Amino acid sequence: MSVNTRTNNITASDVQVGDTLPEFSLPITARLVVSAAIATQDFQDVHHDKAAAQAKGTPDIFMNILSTNGFVGRYLTDWAGPSSRIKNIKFNLGAPNYPGDTMVVTGEITELNEEGENTIAKIEFRGKNGMGNHVSGSALLQLGAAS
Amino acid sequence: MSDNVSVAIKEKVAHLLNRRVGPYNSWNPVSRTQVWQWCTAMGDNNPLYLDDEYRQDTEFDDVTAPPTMMQMWSMRDAQGNYAPGSTDKNPYELLSVLEDNGYAGIMAVSYDQTFHRYLQEGERVHHYTTLVNMTDLKTTGMGKGFFVTEFAEFLTEDEEKFAEAVITYFQYETPKKQPGAKKPGSDIQKITRVHPVENYDNAHFWQGLRDGKLLIQKCDSCATLRHPPQPMCSECQSLNWSTIEASGKGSIYTYTVMHYPEIPPFDYPNAIALIELEEGVRIATQLTDIKPNDIKIGMDVEMVLTEVQDDMTLPLFGPIGSASAAKKKQEQQS
Repeated sequence: MSVNTRTNNITASDVQVGDTLPEFSLPITARLVVSAAIATQDFQDVHHDKAAAQAKGTPDIFMNILSTNGFVGRYLTDWAGPSSRIKNIKFNLGAPNYPGDTMVVTGEITELNEEGENTIAKIEFRGKNGMGNHVSGSALLQLGAAS
Repeated sequence: MSDNVSVAIKEKVAHLLNRRVGPYNSWNPVSRTQVWQWCTAMGDNNPLYLDDEYRQDTEFDDVTAPPTMMQMWSMRDAQGNYAPGSTDKNPYELLSVLEDNGYAGIMAVSYDQTFHRYLQEGERVHHYTTLVNMTDLKTTGMGKGFFVTEFAEFLTEDEEKFAEAVITYFQYETPKKQPGAKKPGSDIQKITRVHPVENYDNAHFWQGLRDGKLLIQKCDSCATLRHPPQPMCSECQSLNWSTIEASGKGSIYTYTVMHYPEIPPFDYPNAIALIELEEGVRIATQLTDIKPNDIKIGMDVEMVLTEVQDDMTLPLFGPIGSASAAKKKQEQQS
């Protein structure tokens, strides 16, 4: 496990509206698409069988939505650390992630709201590949408490 | 005619809307194995999920599932079967009817998920689903079809809702003939900016940029400056001209920020400004190194010559200091 992730703990006092999250670059490979599709229990052939995907008119296999969801979740907590809690994720889907491409995810804090003792950060994010936005949306993330 | 088709189909499927269907059970309880498989596939090293030692100081006692795993627990197995005890009703009967009517393509277009709490090892879940809305026939880039919205409730054994989602699909008319398979992914063509045609009238401008200069036309007869490049002076109609090198300093005369639609290869939001150069002419360009909210009409800016792609250098403009920052960055890279 990366030491980084373990010790990372973004708290309310570390951030302000307008801060950007570190960029995350994800090379799309067939192994990534297939292993994530299986991990998400998605056995549709377009996510593991290139010939079947091409028969349906796409150039290659492509990432399934639940995997996109998983990578978005990882992006959020990689940044905020394990003491953060994901409350909501919403997104629109666009250009598919095909092997050979790279998705670059960026994010920005657009709101910080107090909810009881907690601070909820609204993060707007987008994952862009060579053809445009694969995913764009926003998330509500409860930040960890100051230790 | 579309309207008639739309109305007929909508009438046919109306009874399938707003029917809560379920339960769809999970094959297995939440398990360390599946959480591990998820985390290794996603490269997710968050110690909250699998690191028992780290978790001692948290509200969780057992292996904890990433909340984004919400949907996978009660999905079908590799054979396409729902777990024992699930309803045998087709949750997407409405979509099947659309498919039978020629709308066979489906894609999910949006997800909105709320996670009420994280699941831990050993919990069993199931879900219910309700198709809550279907639009009229719409025409999109994918063709004609209907947007269908699903509301899914994800529950634990004691019917506690741990997550919910609103998912919108587009069910569309597939072309009669499938388009041929395009190039494989490894050859995905990178979309680049279109290079303008260089001709006698504007070649000085593009060559100047490649040489690191912003060149502005100056009339040889009356000394009026002009931009963008034109063959004739609009003041005295002289066809004779030469160029001067602009200092690259100016101010924002006006601007707009493009948000939508997003067209590659541009970055969005895309701030486009008309810069009044200190020499007196104006140039339309893209702003760099500035957030849309910080842009003000009248603010001083300076040119940041940027090689946006191979063989294309553009005079972007940014706040004072961005040119030297860009230079420093370039020096560090080389």
